[in-house]
Amino acid sequence: MNLATAIRARKLEDLPGKRDEAWRWTDLRGLIRTAPEPSTALDTAGLPAGPFDPLAEETLVIANGVGGGRISVAAGETRVVALRIVSRGAGAHAGGVTVSVAAGGRLTLLESYDGEGSYLAHAALAIDCGGAIERIVLAADDAEGVSVSQAEVVLQPGARFAQTLLTGGGRRQRLETAVRHPGGHAELRLDGVYLLDGKRHADLTTVVTHTGFDGATDQLTKGVVRDQARGVFQGKIVVKAGADRTDARMGHHALILSDRAEVDAKPELEIYADDVSCAHGNTVGALDQEALFYARQRGIPEADARAMLTEAFVGQVVDRIEHEGARELARAWVAGRLAP
Amino acid sequence: MLSVSDLRATVDGNQILQGVTLDVPAGQVHAIMGPNGAGKSTLSYVLTGRSGYEVTGGTASLDGEDLLALAPDERAAKGVFLSFQYPLEIPGVPALTFIRTALNAQRRARGEAEMGAPEFLKLARLKAAELKIDFDMLKRSLNVGFSGGEKKRMEILQMAMLSPRFLILDETDSGLDIDALKIVSEGVNALRGPDRAMLVITHYQRLLDYIKPDRVHVLAGGRIVASGGPELALELEREGYDKYARAA
Ligand SMILES: Nc1ncnc2c1ncn2[C@@H]1O[C@H](COP(=O)(O)OP(=O)(O)OP(=O)(O)O)[C@@H](O)[C@H]1O
Ligand SMILES: [Mg+2]
Repeated sequence: MNLATAIRARKLEDLPGKRDEAWRWTDLRGLIRTAPEPSTALDTAGLPAGPFDPLAEETLVIANGVGGGRISVAAGETRVVALRIVSRGAGAHAGGVTVSVAAGGRLTLLESYDGEGSYLAHAALAIDCGGAIERIVLAADDAEGVSVSQAEVVLQPGARFAQTLLTGGGRRQRLETAVRHPGGHAELRLDGVYLLDGKRHADLTTVVTHTGFDGATDQLTKGVVRDQARGVFQGKIVVKAGADRTDARMGHHALILSDRAEVDAKPELEIYADDVSCAHGNTVGALDQEALFYARQRGIPEADARAMLTEAFVGQVVDRIEHEGARELARAWVAGRLAP
Repeated sequence: MLSVSDLRATVDGNQILQGVTLDVPAGQVHAIMGPNGAGKSTLSYVLTGRSGYEVTGGTASLDGEDLLALAPDERAAKGVFLSFQYPLEIPGVPALTFIRTALNAQRRARGEAEMGAPEFLKLARLKAAELKIDFDMLKRSLNVGFSGGEKKRMEILQMAMLSPRFLILDETDSGLDIDALKIVSEGVNALRGPDRAMLVITHYQRLLDYIKPDRVHVLAGGRIVASGGPELALELEREGYDKYARAA
């Protein structure tokens, strides 16, 4: 099943839904009852600046599925590129971009999703990482928007791919990352933060397949859900036969701040190799009441204390962002969303 | 200053405080001693407003103002400070950030101007040096990975920075080495003054050699069963709580 094809062909029955194991918590088939019209072209000249524009040397725009193209970074080159994926209106569209970074090349990819309307959007990223890539994604979809982003990353031996997803969710939103990890001292970091309120939904799904020995994967995702929001985390690490001495760790921790909010988490490790060091931790709970009282005893009012503790909770992910400007932007985004 | 009368409280439906009556006038230091499980920490939590500690009778006031009607942070802004028996870890919040947030929240609540960063850092350096706390430690997440004694010192540092009017020390001496006990006691004594008062909860008379109390109370079975001068602590050290446990 290819989502982009289903959207372009307006084939509702090909949308993933509950019956697909990997989509059981993010049902599109059951949500979308009539096939939306294809989105109309957008005049990109009329768009306001994107969040990452001031940090990037160049900006690539995909507007209602149109645009994109290719980002290539050669050996010895270091680039900072903003990729803006813009959705407007009530139509459906799909677009994508191809990224390749040669050994010895470095790319900071500052990707933002910016939506207004009740669109159905798909973005596909094909990433070939032979050098070093840091990908930071800030997903600001509309509360009515349905959006799926699928990144397929092929990592080369000795390369490094680091990612941080920051999302406020959408009506239904999925940010998916699949990584083919060759081992060979290649390093992978896959992080995420979801901060959801209202009826927003975000699904952070990752599949990492270790195919060769001596590979490392480090994943940390944290989420905060309130109101009737729903967070989904699906993290799968497969260590194939022969991928010996793989070192993989995965953490997912979520705070649920209201009775009607929900978090569904499925961390999975499938190990077919030897001498592997794998660990995963998954916690879903409320804010630490004792810490909250401690802060209040020191004079910090309840709402501020809650915001401070929640911000600190997700701050541990934000701190791992390497690009300084993006880290500061992420910190401000978190503070803004959690402010009392 | 602090006036507690017939205070009763339950925790999870269990009656722990059975009618505590206590007056700590301004300028004085009172010690509370008593067997494990007597309700000493419970008293400190009830006075500071921890949820889950339900007041079922009696009163507690600070300078005539009903403490029990105030939220925990409002009590703190009035100057009530609790040095916790078991200080909490606050992952992701550097100690300096935490203390500055608290200090300025209290100032705002009192209608005072906030303290700017340079002045705050200067004060923090000074107080840390006085308490022999490595300043770099204040850049780490508050109490995370700190030793038991370091956490207690950090409580006193917070106290020194916030300069509260009514101090409750819940076993601040436990876990401190001999040198730290002296340093911490000096920090506490520096806050003694005519318009401040303290309640010092301890199991060991030794602390009272450093922080000299005006009165000593025995809390057993959820009420004050005996009160006296500093000599009472010496007597307890010799004879234990046996006769008070029976009285309770
Ligand atoms: N959540 C709770 N549920 C039930 N009982 C509780 C709870 N918390 C405390 N208690 C009980 O209340 C009593 C008083 O406890 P408290 O901590 O106040 O004692 P303490 O005098 O401070 O003792 P220690 O000297 O050991 O610190 C104890 O019997 C304790 O078991
Ligand atoms: Mg106690």
